[in-house]
Amino acid sequence: MSDFLKNHFELLGLAPRFEINNAELDQSYRKIQAEVHPDKFVAGTSTERMQSMQWATQANEAYRTLKNPTARARYLLHLQGVDTEEENNTAMPAEFLMLQMEWREKTEEASHDKDIGALDAMLKEMLSKSAELQADLQTALDQEQAWQTAAEIVRKLSFIDKIRYDVEHEITKLED
Amino acid sequence: MSTAPHQHRLAVGIDLGTTNSLVATVRSGLSTVLLDDQGRALLPSVVHYLEAGKVEVGYSAQLQQSQDSQNTIASAKRFLGRGLKDIGDTSHMPYRFVEAPGMVQVETRAGIKSPVEISAEILKTLKSRAEQALGGQLTGAVITVPAYFDDAQRQATKDAARLAGLNVLRLLNEPTAAAVAYGLDNASEGIYIIYDLGGGTFDVSILRLSKGVFEVLSTNGDSALGGDDFDRRIFCWILEQSGMQLLSPADTRLLLTKAREAKEWLTEHASANITALLSNGELIDLNLSQEVFHALSQQLISRTLTPLRKALRDAQLDISDVKGIVMVGGATRMPQIQQAVAEFFGQAPLTNLDPDKVVALGAAIQANVLAGNRSDDDLLLLDVIPLSLGLETMGGLVEKVIPRNSTLPLARAQDFTTFKDGQTAMSIHVLQGERELVTDCRSLGRFELRGIPPMAAGAARIRVTFQVDADGLLSVSAREQTSGVEANIVVKPSYGLSEEDIIGMLRSSFNSAAADKEARALQEARVDAARLLEAIEAALAKDGDALLNAEEKQIIESEAYKLRMLMGAEDSTAIHQAVEALNHATETFAARRMDASVKQALAGQTLNTLEI
Repeated sequence: MSDFLKNHFELLGLAPRFEINNAELDQSYRKIQAEVHPDKFVAGTSTERMQSMQWATQANEAYRTLKNPTARARYLLHLQGVDTEEENNTAMPAEFLMLQMEWREKTEEASHDKDIGALDAMLKEMLSKSAELQADLQTALDQEQAWQTAAEIVRKLSFIDKIRYDVEHEITKLED
Repeated sequence: MSTAPHQHRLAVGIDLGTTNSLVATVRSGLSTVLLDDQGRALLPSVVHYLEAGKVEVGYSAQLQQSQDSQNTIASAKRFLGRGLKDIGDTSHMPYRFVEAPGMVQVETRAGIKSPVEISAEILKTLKSRAEQALGGQLTGAVITVPAYFDDAQRQATKDAARLAGLNVLRLLNEPTAAAVAYGLDNASEGIYIIYDLGGGTFDVSILRLSKGVFEVLSTNGDSALGGDDFDRRIFCWILEQSGMQLLSPADTRLLLTKAREAKEWLTEHASANITALLSNGELIDLNLSQEVFHALSQQLISRTLTPLRKALRDAQLDISDVKGIVMVGGATRMPQIQQAVAEFFGQAPLTNLDPDKVVALGAAIQANVLAGNRSDDDLLLLDVIPLSLGLETMGGLVEKVIPRNSTLPLARAQDFTTFKDGQTAMSIHVLQGERELVTDCRSLGRFELRGIPPMAAGAARIRVTFQVDADGLLSVSAREQTSGVEANIVVKPSYGLSEEDIIGMLRSSFNSAAADKEARALQEARVDAARLLEAIEAALAKDGDALLNAEEKQIIESEAYKLRMLMGAEDSTAIHQAVEALNHATETFAARRMDASVKQALAGQTLNTLEI
């Protein structure tokens, strides 16, 4: 019954596009939290406190989803009724599969050598590949409405996010 | 928007520290630490249990540490929400520990005491100090906790406050509190690091400050590293130098005190003399130079740099992004620490506020905002959950449901299914921590979802929902969602105190009628009702005509009238029911007000007004 059940873009007052203005996103989010955060309702009624918690929770979820490019693309596709099938569709172009294997091998080698510098360099390489894919996503989603192409790019990005997480985890372990 | 113009509410910020505790409040717009009757700001976090049920707290208790060490508990914060195995090496502690489910306890001459009860004694002392200084009852308190505290430790802190009779407005992370104290004074914008080396814990937080909003980007730390460890290094050095091994508890305390004094002396002097007469008549007479002390503490200092690196990586930031470093905790007075931090970041840290007081000062500012005393209401803290939350899956592994550093409050759901035909129950084990194995994470509780309708394996859809509130406290619910059959439960983690526990403890400590369940319930119901009526009157006065039609407004007013008529009655149940009814009657109104305020906040937002 309340506005917090709107979709994430509506909630934050943004057009449902992949390309977003990050400053605008940040500012809308903060403006909403400034109104709905539980801190504003410490002296409020229990009804107000419950609604404030629901609103603030929803605003955090919307912001988290739209802030992250992979999650934002996945969400846009979801609004189009397109499932990105990251769990069960593992078909990838051969070239990307090669890249995956190369990264895995390099990670293992660098972890084995305890070479934090090499792992850091790999993170940078992955970030730059991600940036490339995000540019492709923008074309597919905002200009061509090519949903299936976009879904495949999301699967690639999601893979890179995963291996990046593993590399970061490796670095943390080495530092301990 | 939810509070009416009113008299100034008495609200305080409390820094419940491992070594020392403080209470502060905002007076005439300025945050100030409240002093005891002898003009001292710090209250040593030491509780001494005497004969005949007497308790002393603070400096007088500290004096008893050597003489009556088994009944004089220091650093109880280290035990809050911890089991014996979490505490680690207890061989140098003079206490008689008792293992208990969820949290370790300590045997004293006043009986077995939980760290919650011990901490409550400290909070009670600060509460009465504040009420004396301010001349009235407190509306509420903001209590600070290390950012790295897990759910068990936060819950235990909140329980201690309740036991002390404090209304907790919010649990606030210590580094965030420090930033609040600095941020408002300096009107700073940008990325700030909070380096907090307290008596017993080390915390690092990365915050982004902009236009009155404090966002915690990441936190990290070491809950078993603090200023006390530097004392221990000197203590071990003394033993080494004098060739001693086993000491009586009293001698241990004495030498630890001497070690602490030497550490503090070395902050401003090149060398320190350490002299002590032990119980066997042996005389210790040593000289410790700053150089030797720096060498002794080198490894401890480098242990603080690892969490710094991790926090930077979590926030995806480089050292060059950092605008300033705030130093918190008395231990940061040590020149070798300031130097190491300056070298790491390539800039000198901020030290213009007293590192012992800065957390309490910030907590008081936040308490003042939460109590509704600030008219310009422009301070907003967006805090994060410090440790990941997850569930046990097959093979003793943890599946993460909420990653650490997610912004509070938050909710996340995960679906599970049954793996046997006709399975009607499912066990759910909730864990907190970053490691992959169940045994390496903190167990927050297990619960059983029963009453699942029998169906084929894999057909049930069980949705487990984690909700974490603005204090960082968790509740979990589970529900089976197929065929309209629902089972739904909410768990409080097992280490939390129930209302019965609290009353039991109040009875045993006061043995007075004030702890009577009905009297307490009645008093709470009346406070609740008064607060509700005040809030609703203010809301109606402000938005009633704009957002409600005459009939809607009349319904709310009539429920409010019914509640007001019951206020004098001696019936907590009736008051409670009227409160519920009034709350229910205002649901639509509250929702419309929330929608309207968000619409208004986002209205007129165009691209050219969005430059930051």
